[in-house]
Amino acid sequence: MYKYDHYDQAMVDARVEEFRDQARRRLEGKLTEDQFKPLRLMNGLYLQLHAYMLRVAIPYGTLNGQQMHALADIADKYDRGYGHFTTRQNIQYNWIKLEDAADILADLAKVEMHAIQTSGNCIRNISSDHFAGAAADEIVDPRPYAELLRQWSSFHPEFSYLPRKFKIAVIASEHDRAAMRLHDIGINIVRNDAGELGAAFYVGGGMGRTPMIAPCINPFVPLDQLVTYSEACLRVYNRHGRRDNKYKARIKILVHELGAEEYTRQVDAEFAHLLEQGVEPPLAELERIKEYFADPLFEAGAAAQLDRSDPDFAVWVDRNTVAHKEPGYVSAVISLKPVGGIPGDATAEQMRLMADLARDYSFDELRVMHTQNIVLPHVRKADLHALWTALDEAGLGSPNLDTVEDIIACPGLDYCSLANARSIPIAQRISERFAANGKTGTLGELKLKISGCINACGHHHAGHIGILGVDRKGVENYQLLLGGSEAEDVSLAKITGPGFDENGIVDAVETVTHVYESARQDGERFLDTYRRIGMNPFKEALYG
Amino acid sequence: MRLLTGNDLLSGAVIWWTGSDWSIHVEDAADVDGNEDEIARREEAARRVNSPYPVDAELHDGSPRPSHIKERVRALGPTVRPDLTLKPADPEIGNWVI
Repeated sequence: MYKYDHYDQAMVDARVEEFRDQARRRLEGKLTEDQFKPLRLMNGLYLQLHAYMLRVAIPYGTLNGQQMHALADIADKYDRGYGHFTTRQNIQYNWIKLEDAADILADLAKVEMHAIQTSGNCIRNISSDHFAGAAADEIVDPRPYAELLRQWSSFHPEFSYLPRKFKIAVIASEHDRAAMRLHDIGINIVRNDAGELGAAFYVGGGMGRTPMIAPCINPFVPLDQLVTYSEACLRVYNRHGRRDNKYKARIKILVHELGAEEYTRQVDAEFAHLLEQGVEPPLAELERIKEYFADPLFEAGAAAQLDRSDPDFAVWVDRNTVAHKEPGYVSAVISLKPVGGIPGDATAEQMRLMADLARDYSFDELRVMHTQNIVLPHVRKADLHALWTALDEAGLGSPNLDTVEDIIACPGLDYCSLANARSIPIAQRISERFAANGKTGTLGELKLKISGCINACGHHHAGHIGILGVDRKGVENYQLLLGGSEAEDVSLAKITGPGFDENGIVDAVETVTHVYESARQDGERFLDTYRRIGMNPFKEALYG
Repeated sequence: MRLLTGNDLLSGAVIWWTGSDWSIHVEDAADVDGNEDEIARREEAARRVNSPYPVDAELHDGSPRPSHIKERVRALGPTVRPDLTLKPADPEIGNWVI
């Protein structure tokens, strides 16, 4: 994985000291909150419902054991012994003191981490496929391109005050595991008929209050023009994005209002201009970055067979491991979704265990999934039983990847100052309900996503089943949505009808699974059945 | 009744104006009806509170209970982590929030 060079480290260290001085001046009363707020936000420090919250960037979700240990130490030393892995592959701490914030950033800098650009109207942490570099179906590891864009976008003076926040995802496979088309820019590294690599650009996607699927504005940008084309996309947005209205300021609104064709025309004109300026970094820089993402030394001829005689282990293998490009290896998913647990939360002890297991079984590498689980990307099949045993003993062995228990949930009203309703208790009760009725396995792939407000951090628009918490005259109410997907078959979920109270929404989810069970045909997922039979049967079951 | 709340500058903890000082316990909060702007200006200038604002509340068993669920969650702590709330030993405290 990428290692900081002198420039990276110097920039991050300088930012720590800059923030230390800003925090000191705030505490001494030399800065007002209005003056300090944009400065702390640039360093990922929010003021949330109960305390300051620090969001730490995990570039494209990749980290090593030392970094995971550092995250655990921060949880113990400065927070309350746990952290929350987010839907953008980051981690958040919920109980931070302002007087500690600079020390935390200094601790992060020691392990090549930071919280820069995890808030504010800038280019945020760039996300990617959590199986990058391991997936059997990828055409190339997308992370070097994500890293190149990370370096380009870090402290970019022109893009530090955009009309709104800006999120980029980079993938390199037909299967989209990063919700690529629901980002401001989604980049898919592809190969053309001549066998050359290029980047397909999808621009203007997003969730939030106005969900949109990004159209493809250019199916093939040569990779030696990747940064230049990205810059052109940003420039047109920076010039014409709606700064007058926060709710219309995301690039999706601009692309929608201009039309994809006109937006593309303007990008192409800017692109032609930028090509003359020579803004693209030399290819040698990309090659330098690529060296950091070389494959680990896989064992040649690693055993491909597994002893599946332990039935619990066999279930976990079937549900939580994914095909690897290297024979004899898999990617193993550590579920942070125990039945009745808080999606995405991990204790410091669990983080340390995951770090140690990564050291022992996965070349010291971990990934954060946007679905709030952790991946050990390169595990020998021969080591899987030992890995599963250690995970299971620590409560991390839930065999529920992509099932109805594997729920994405935002922090909701339990932690977030923007939320209108609680998300986590709904997730807890749904997972308990399905664990109790024993249907988690038989329902198959069923992606359930819960947001506590219209900002959609819980990706409810993209859930096979989505839930949106709203405030109805001071009482929590939950809308049910069906038919969304953030994968390569991307679609936006539709609301079923009137919302439900806290008890009713759990019953409603069970009701729609009954419809699916009675209507599904061989091999159909919930989403497939919904798409075939439409909304009406579900509505009839829900509302009579 | 109206309460004045904000966050402690140093820790970020939720705090409530008691009439003479700040408390982390909402049951200590005083009715500030009509005086919230003046108190907020003075206390913010003295750096004893960050971003204060008034909230509506009612008396509940003799103690103030914020009218809106968001403020009740702020007052107590996350409902999903009773061990981290201000009253971890009270099994009924969730009912006060909801």
